[in-house]
Amino acid sequence: MTAVLQVEDLKTHFFTRAGVVPAVDGVSFSVNRGEVMGLVGESGSGKTVTGFSIMGMVDKPGRIVGGRILYQGRDLASVGEREWQAIRGRHIAMIFQDPMMTLNPVLKISTQMIEAVQAHVHISKQAARERCLATLARVGIPSPAERMDAYPHQFSGGMRQRVAIAIALLHDPEVIVADEPTTALDVTIQAQILAEVQKLAETSGTALIWVTHDLSVVSSLADNIAVMYAGRIVEQGRAATVLRYPAHPYTHGLIESIPSRNKRGGDLAQIPGMTPPLLDLPQGCAFRPRCPKATEACRAEQPSRRMAAGQHARCIHPIQAAEVAQ
Amino acid sequence: MTDIPNPTPPQKAKAISPLRASMLDFAASPLAMIGLFVMLVMALSAIFAPWITPQNPYDLSQLSIMDNNMPPGSQSFTGQTYWLGTDPQGRDMLSAIIYGLRMSLMVAVTATLCALAIGMAMGIMAAYFGGRIDTLIMRVVDLQLSFPAILVALILLAILGKGVDKVIIALVIVQWAYYARTVRGSALVERQRDYIAAARGLGLGHARVMFRHLLPNTLPPLIVVATVQIAQAIALEATLSFLGVGVPVTEPSLGLLIANGYSYLLSGAYWISVYPGIALLVAIIAINLVGDQLRDVLNPRLRR
Amino acid sequence: MVAYLLRRLGQSLLAVIAMAVLVFIGVYAIGNPVDILINPEATERQRLEVMERMGLDRPLWEQFWVYFGNLLQGDFGRSFVYGESAMSVILQRLPATMELALFALVLAIVFGVPLGVIAGLKPDTITGRSIMAGSILGFSLPNFWQGLMMILIFAVFLGWLPAGGRGQTTEFLGMRVSFLNADGLKHMILPAINLALFKMALVIRLARAGTREVMMQDYIKFARAKGLSYRRVVFVHVLKNIMIPVVTILGLELGSMIAFAVVTETVFAWPGMGKLLIDSINRLDRPVIVAYLMLIVFLFVLINFLVDLLYSALDPRVRLAQRGAQ
Repeated sequence: MTAVLQVEDLKTHFFTRAGVVPAVDGVSFSVNRGEVMGLVGESGSGKTVTGFSIMGMVDKPGRIVGGRILYQGRDLASVGEREWQAIRGRHIAMIFQDPMMTLNPVLKISTQMIEAVQAHVHISKQAARERCLATLARVGIPSPAERMDAYPHQFSGGMRQRVAIAIALLHDPEVIVADEPTTALDVTIQAQILAEVQKLAETSGTALIWVTHDLSVVSSLADNIAVMYAGRIVEQGRAATVLRYPAHPYTHGLIESIPSRNKRGGDLAQIPGMTPPLLDLPQGCAFRPRCPKATEACRAEQPSRRMAAGQHARCIHPIQAAEVAQ
Repeated sequence: MTDIPNPTPPQKAKAISPLRASMLDFAASPLAMIGLFVMLVMALSAIFAPWITPQNPYDLSQLSIMDNNMPPGSQSFTGQTYWLGTDPQGRDMLSAIIYGLRMSLMVAVTATLCALAIGMAMGIMAAYFGGRIDTLIMRVVDLQLSFPAILVALILLAILGKGVDKVIIALVIVQWAYYARTVRGSALVERQRDYIAAARGLGLGHARVMFRHLLPNTLPPLIVVATVQIAQAIALEATLSFLGVGVPVTEPSLGLLIANGYSYLLSGAYWISVYPGIALLVAIIAINLVGDQLRDVLNPRLRR
Repeated sequence: MVAYLLRRLGQSLLAVIAMAVLVFIGVYAIGNPVDILINPEATERQRLEVMERMGLDRPLWEQFWVYFGNLLQGDFGRSFVYGESAMSVILQRLPATMELALFALVLAIVFGVPLGVIAGLKPDTITGRSIMAGSILGFSLPNFWQGLMMILIFAVFLGWLPAGGRGQTTEFLGMRVSFLNADGLKHMILPAINLALFKMALVIRLARAGTREVMMQDYIKFARAKGLSYRRVVFVHVLKNIMIPVVTILGLELGSMIAFAVVTETVFAWPGMGKLLIDSINRLDRPVIVAYLMLIVFLFVLINFLVDLLYSALDPRVRLAQRGAQ
């Protein structure tokens, strides 16, 4: 299966007064049609910037300094703003985290949806409106015709996020980048939306890149997982494999610290220390200061190594299958 | 649970004091430094005016009415050069301007300092005591601030009459409300902090807590506001004097000098109005440049 | 909605009454009403007549009722200089001032908003910085000085425009206005620009700050992610969001414009209320000063009230909140 989107050695750096921040430093992955890729990491890991890079929306003082973003044979990393406008929303769409802030509070929902349609296709306002109504129905919004002319603050959080998802679906894009779309929602709504999105992706064949810090979310949703730390992917592979047999100590630590995995009454497992400031990364493996298995050899640069079928990790002391607590 | 290795200690920032850091930030703008330089020059000339001016323009014995309305650069009987010309009474414009600057600065700085003191006291009390005192003070402040400064000043001067002291009083009354509101804003935030509760817990009296503990922490935004307000005060006083309700003719400020020359503008003796006008301009711009840079330096939200 | 309006109306009335009381205290209790209201050159008979009509020989609280009654009828005594009712003297000049102020307001918006938006979109460019520098000048330089410079440049050196006065007026809705004929316009341009410059600086700063703030919001990012053109993003999303605070603040500033007209009218010898005030202060025509004060207070309260109405009409969040509160 050829990949819909292929990211090769992407580097996005921020040139601030305090120095150069390598927010994304050599990230490579690919997504196929109909697949869900979970991009997991803590805040500051570079996952959001990766998402924005794929959309061509990295703002000053940041810019893409290296690597390629291959989409339909073109390298998007070197494409101009006009071409990006044609791609964004139509072929690669994005869903943001907080639906209250992503919808303009002083414009009606209908305005914001119709403009999204008319930005890419020359159809009449009426036809655009029809398309919007159909899409709203697809994401499960009841009586869309009445609700469309309302303002964002008249909707609940879950509804707003469905609207945002609908907007992303308007042109049946090949790729959707979802940046923590359920983090701001109630747990029950979260589950609903997750299920619906998964169904949508399956039926329409859209490739989904789900950016999140929450491993439990991706565990049910994703086909592939890429774990990011300090601007690099430290482990990636099939979701089932990575979650059951994490190779990189960081992934292992993340999985262990999920509260439901800990025994009742016992201390919660934690990864000691904090993520390093990106301006001042440790030499070699960025996780070394916090890693229980670190040695002197870890001070050297760590290329990605193949572990098992389809699984890659940047580690010279990967966790063996036998060490993983069940 | 795995062994916990020693986590790396957090990076220490280079140790410079916040004051020095702010000063360095300030110096980053060449415009602001120029403004600061100009302010110093003006302040010094204003203070040392009697010693540095070629002529005391208000000592009638030094004037010669025959020298009136002479253009810039002309010579007088005594061989003195009138660098900026003379006015209808024969005064050397350069001297008149320096004295005018002195008066403008004196009035503005005095008024600002008094307004600052009153405003700070009111604002701190409002924030500290809260409740009805707060509501009362803020109602007055809001009421006053909803009227444009010039109107309040005009009405006050209409009631009080003419004179330098009356102008200062009017300026103080116009300005205090602005300081009060600014201080109250910062003080309200600070009041929630633990060190205030700690000070109260030690049994310190209200006054001491307010003025020794609360006040110093509300100063940074005040410094910015006060700087810019001095420029506003200069502008307001100049406007009032221009309109004829400000300082008396015997001790003119720049505004009054400009007013004097207003009618001569159309007949070509532009220097009587224009040069004091330029002096006024330079003063206000310099202070604003400094104030703007101070605002950028001291505002935590703008730090990139 | 209606309940809200009534409440605001009530508050406005209270404000006017409060000011009336304050003025009463200022004139009758603190000042000497005899000096303030009776022309020093009046004959004994005239004195007695005024004292009788104004109730100056009666106890203070009775005076208040007389004062209040007169106030409601618009009777503030007779102008010393003009001999007519003080209020009618002012009202004759009101149209001139209002016309100037409104024209200046329009100029401030028409030029200020685009300049401010440009400065907000490109804050670190030469264009952006010069606009801001220009606005600082407009804001901090004294009004009268700017007026003098304009006279010097446009009337004396260039001779394009007249240096003062109102020129010809045409009849419009029972008032004399300047903008309907060429000569009147020529006379109105310079003073209107002078009055506008001060507020234009404020508008530019507001529009710039608003634009910068709005551009950082997520909904702008989302709009870009939909593939909207830059033009659409600015003209629809940004503009709608900043117009609300700009218009409301400007509305409030209309009152201050009327006050500042005092200076402009003096510099340009424009025969409005402002010039009348200065002349009255210099000639000690106190009834006119008192009448001017009350009129200004009334105008301010009226403007505040109208701006509130406008604000709730413009901002959908406020409008719906009011409706919901019923």
